Amino acid sequence: MESPIGCDGRGGARGVAAASRRWLRLALVSAAVALLASAGGGRRSVAAALVPRMAEVRIEEFRFAPATLEVQAGTTVRWVNHDEEIHAVAFVDGEAVSPALDTDAAFSRRFDTPGTYAYRCAIHPHMAGTIVVR
Amino acid sequence: MEPQDDTASLAPRSEAPPPAPDGGLPLATRRGFLQCMAWAGTGVVWTIAGGVLSSRSLAATGGAPGGFSFVQISDTHIGFDKEPNPDPVATLHEALARVNALDPAPALLIHTGDLTHAQKAGAFDTVAEILRQARVGERFFVPGEHDVFADGGKEFLARFGAGTQGDGWRSFDWNGVHFVGLVNVLGFKTDGLGGLGAEQIEWLAKDVAPLSASTPIVVYTHIPLWPVYAEWGWTTSDAPQALAALKRFGSVTVLNGHIHQVLQKVEGNVRFHTARSTAFPQPAPGTAPGPGPLKVPADQVRALLGVREVRYVQGAGPLAVIDETLG
Repeated sequence: MESPIGCDGRGGARGVAAASRRWLRLALVSAAVALLASAGGGRRSVAAALVPRMAEVRIEEFRFAPATLEVQAGTTVRWVNHDEEIHAVAFVDGEAVSPALDTDAAFSRRFDTPGTYAYRCAIHPHMAGTIVVR
Repeated sequence: MEPQDDTASLAPRSEAPPPAPDGGLPLATRRGFLQCMAWAGTGVVWTIAGGVLSSRSLAATGGAPGGFSFVQISDTHIGFDKEPNPDPVATLHEALARVNALDPAPALLIHTGDLTHAQKAGAFDTVAEILRQARVGERFFVPGEHDVFADGGKEFLARFGAGTQGDGWRSFDWNGVHFVGLVNVLGFKTDGLGGLGAEQIEWLAKDVAPLSASTPIVVYTHIPLWPVYAEWGWTTSDAPQALAALKRFGSVTVLNGHIHQVLQKVEGNVRFHTARSTAFPQPAPGTAPGPGPLKVPADQVRALLGVREVRYVQGAGPLAVIDETLG
């Protein structure tokens, strides 16, 4: 199980390849769970709870996209830096600061508690974003 | 960097006067020209037009009674490894060579922040090692956001913070000039702009209170203290409160880095100067989607990097600010 806060891949093709593999695995698991779910109506809610929820924020041209992201509680949000400049994700509540994210590096945080989480780039603080957890 | 004793080259070599981004004074005004001429009369030529100054006739200036010079370098970004300058260590060495060629030797070297690129491992060591070779009396540093984002400034303060207060601010006097180093990269979590904080502003007000209004003040910090371009965070939200404490002084020179280009502004008795980086240039405010490195061909990048020499002559009015490029 992924820890609530983690950084995967400090850049380069290796990080991207690993990330792609992870996404593929996720997609397969999701498909399997969906199959299970469709097989028996009564098990659908249990199956839904098993699906790891993921969402992604792109860091691009000194912006977070989307700037505001709504997710369900339990979702892991992953920030991926597509800029050639280093960025870092820092939550205004002080809960987490990512390491420096060079090109193609990513940072993840899981959100279990509903609320509004504002963050900025720690290096370019005019870059701002919000995660709204339902 | 052969000094050219040549008043015919008053005009900036390569750059048009930048617009005043906040709609303030145009930067090349008649007044500016007159200041320029005043300096020409003393042997120092100061262009207010934000350009490269090629005209220098300075032999006696630094050695004048009560006079001295200091250098500002900024945004060395050691650890940066991309276009347009994958080797900022080399360009820092070139900048250092220019500093060491100055005659008379500058009394001080002031680094206005972003020593490192995102606190990359070993970067502080590299900067410190290179700048130890500077032939100057003393070295002073303020951090940029790249130097503090990961640890709140702990490592920076441990290395460069001796004699400072709070988050690293300090003041000192040098031959009648009062220097103030301010830290504005640790207080911007809420609005995304540079911030000094109430404690530092209160300290500043107390620090300058006993000084006579004729004391020349030099403030150095990382992020501009005037609104260059808030959309990119190129301003300090509580700068007006800090500048209020300096209002009564006849000569205030504010030096900063952060935006990797030369911009100047005069407001009352306060002269604001942003400095070039020694590592890579950044776009003019608002001319790109974001403030990332400006990609220019390798043979042009040195013309956009540089160091700054500031000369003070007792009783001569504003300090002479002389920007020189590496190429």
